Amino acid sequence: MSTQQSLPPNPVETLLRTDRMPHIWCPGCGIGTTMNCFARALQQARLDLDKVVIVSGIGCTGRVAGYAHLDSFHTTHGRAIPFATGLKLANPELTVVVYSGDGDLIAIGGNHFIHAARRNVDLKVICVNNFIYGMTGGQVGPTTPATALTSTTPYGCPEQPFNLPHLAESAGAVYVARWTAYHVRQITHSMVEMFRKSGFCFLEILSPCPTLYQRRNRLGDGLEAMKYYKEASVTRHGAPTKEVALSFQGPIVVGKFVDVERPTYLELLNQQLARALEAQYTGCIEEHVRG
Amino acid sequence: MKADPRGVLSGVHFLDGDQACAEGALAAGCRFAAGYPITPSTEIVERFAQRVPLLGGMFLQMEDELAASIAIQGAVWAGAKAFTVTSGPGFSLMMEHIGYAAMTETPCVIVDVQRGGPSTGLPTLPAQADMQQARWGSHGDYELIALAPNSPQECFDLTIEAFNLAERYRTPVLLMMDEIVGHMTERVEIPPAEQIELVPRRYTTKPPAEYQPFAPEADLVPAMVRAGQGYRFHITGLTHDERGYPTTSVAAHDRLVRRLVAKIRNHAAQLTRVEEHFLEDAEVIVLAYGITSRVALRAVQMARARGIAAGLLRPILIWPFLEARLRQLARRPGLSGILVAEINLGQIVREVERCVGAQVPVQLAGHAGGSVHHPQELFEAIVQMAHAVEIER
Amino acid sequence: MSEVEIQIGGLGGQGVILAGMVIGRGLVLYDGYHVSLTQSFGPEARGSACSAQLVVSREPVLYPYVTNPHILVTLSQEAYRRFVPSLRPGGTLIVEADLVQAVPLPDAVALYRVPATRLAEALGRRLVMNMVLVGFFTAVIGLPHPDSVRRAIRDSVPTGTEALNLAAFEQGYNFGLKQLAGKSEADILH
Repeated sequence: MSTQQSLPPNPVETLLRTDRMPHIWCPGCGIGTTMNCFARALQQARLDLDKVVIVSGIGCTGRVAGYAHLDSFHTTHGRAIPFATGLKLANPELTVVVYSGDGDLIAIGGNHFIHAARRNVDLKVICVNNFIYGMTGGQVGPTTPATALTSTTPYGCPEQPFNLPHLAESAGAVYVARWTAYHVRQITHSMVEMFRKSGFCFLEILSPCPTLYQRRNRLGDGLEAMKYYKEASVTRHGAPTKEVALSFQGPIVVGKFVDVERPTYLELLNQQLARALEAQYTGCIEEHVRG
Repeated sequence: MKADPRGVLSGVHFLDGDQACAEGALAAGCRFAAGYPITPSTEIVERFAQRVPLLGGMFLQMEDELAASIAIQGAVWAGAKAFTVTSGPGFSLMMEHIGYAAMTETPCVIVDVQRGGPSTGLPTLPAQADMQQARWGSHGDYELIALAPNSPQECFDLTIEAFNLAERYRTPVLLMMDEIVGHMTERVEIPPAEQIELVPRRYTTKPPAEYQPFAPEADLVPAMVRAGQGYRFHITGLTHDERGYPTTSVAAHDRLVRRLVAKIRNHAAQLTRVEEHFLEDAEVIVLAYGITSRVALRAVQMARARGIAAGLLRPILIWPFLEARLRQLARRPGLSGILVAEINLGQIVREVERCVGAQVPVQLAGHAGGSVHHPQELFEAIVQMAHAVEIER
Repeated sequence: MSEVEIQIGGLGGQGVILAGMVIGRGLVLYDGYHVSLTQSFGPEARGSACSAQLVVSREPVLYPYVTNPHILVTLSQEAYRRFVPSLRPGGTLIVEADLVQAVPLPDAVALYRVPATRLAEALGRRLVMNMVLVGFFTAVIGLPHPDSVRRAIRDSVPTGTEALNLAAFEQGYNFGLKQLAGKSEADILH
């Protein structure tokens, strides 16, 4: 025990609700890895952590909000983005991060995802994509690669999955990147870039689900997944997003694909109201909205 | 706390109920609304969208009612007072987030301008057929508060009341309007701001180290915080303990859900808002709410003019139901029966039956919607109920 | 008087609702009456049958619907056809002279005809036909007080159009007064 006491504290411990450990994630799952990157990115970006808020939906990744030692909201399935939209617009000084899974953000929440990107609401959206519904036991989702086995496609998935970077860019995201759970430094770097950028930012992180996706498809454990990510990943910054679709155990294009400037929803709203109402307009939101 | 005069359009106006509701929200200090267009509620947010930018607030048109009903809750946790408005189909979509607001004790106001249903039903015509959905529509056990205005004036007054009750009890409050009150235009008097009393949000006075988001105060309502103040709090729709942390403990679940229910139910007496006419000697009590209460009063007057001792009991606050008052009236000797008039095929009448049991006959005067009852129709029902008793005697 | 029921019927786009709004606002804000104004429309945005209905009383109005109007105003033949059967015996009927043929005419009603469209065209804007009609209504019905209507018009119409709408009101009002004085339509127009 004495050796444990002499260990230096984990550098990200202040960003975790240690009183909630152990977490619920399986051995070999990549969500915890991404959360470690997130904590490091928050530290690197030197944000006022009292002004950073994390919002999740439902699912394995949705539990991130419960472990982050920040103001944190675990909302309803699919609705993290509209909740975060209300939060951000009613208090623009907050940095609002949406952290959720592929099923939550893109299936049940898909409509909110494209509309928030279209409006360019200043949200940092982190999507951990494990190709499957984990918490409910491994069903097919909107990112499950064609032919993959899941509990509800026991003969193989017949559907074409979403290409998330392409979807995000098409809908209007100003920052789009993809990494895998293997690329911890790159993930951290992208998160820092997102924190420093305003507008709808999207980061997809491919992550192993050894218990369901890997096991059912006989892809080995978490370590095997890491080997696959390492071997199959090709970094192509600026790659046209329509060329980065994924396939079952196929090549993975990673990198930062989109980094453009576009006024945020709030900036546009302010401009429009100032133009239309002239002197009558004394500015929107800020302190007036909050009681 | 008094209303901010900038949001209060003091004076006498000729407004429809939808417009009056928007003015009520502004007077109540609401500066954030999100919505999705749906007849016959849309005029509320149209007026809000026109007025609120001049008051430093915003209206956000969302992609659907699911988004609208959760965006307002995000805004509330950022510190805003917020509301959304809808009608039947949209109200159905909002059910999950009524449950989220109940579970997370998020004070917010949801307006349902009722129209004929089920499904798309009668978009431009009235009904009162969402009354039990309002009470039970989200899954699980919870209580909430619902109000039913019967005029544009009350659409103004009760919208303010709805915001106040939401803050007082940290609960979603539903304003159950209907197409007629929403679209009818009448005199609406908006008082000076200094005469409008507002309930401020109950923010904690404790420092972060001592604060527990769901540790109740004496009245079972916990004090609130908002994001960005250094409290590092956690909010979840999962069953949670006093710290706000998820738990699957049966005991913790029981403690939480019982408290959510009790914080409203224990205050049922304070939550009774009722209008009564001619009840002192009434042999037939007509119970009606919303627009139907006005027609019912006319029918009661017609009955009185013909020597029938009819009276009107009008719950203004529908949920929690005015159980105690109703039981008290039902015990009164000389009462022949209770006639429940509502624009549906039997919703609040069930609640009346539950309250009075076999003590007095309870009868429904209902129809499927699209119109309000004609006073003559209710008058005849009153006569019938009075005569039925005569014959039995 | 207990309650007076007024119905104004026409086509969407004729300004029927605004006419009802101005009359109602005048009665409520400046003459101290209780008024419930309801509206009905077809699903089309333009060209559908629509009507404004006002229940006017010294007491709060309990039943907001018009069932048998004391006063019926029709601006289209379709509205005439639909609403005339419900007009109360002894009631008052006002029709747009060029758009509505008052046939069949019920027994025992007082009929007034106003060429509101022509009078509005004389002002250069056919669109203000509804305010001509409101002026005529005010003159022949005796309610609301004409000053109340003038104030209600200023409250109700888009900024910048007050003068035009008020002029339309005066046209209709004067036409109504002259008709009451017993002059024929041809006399008044010439």
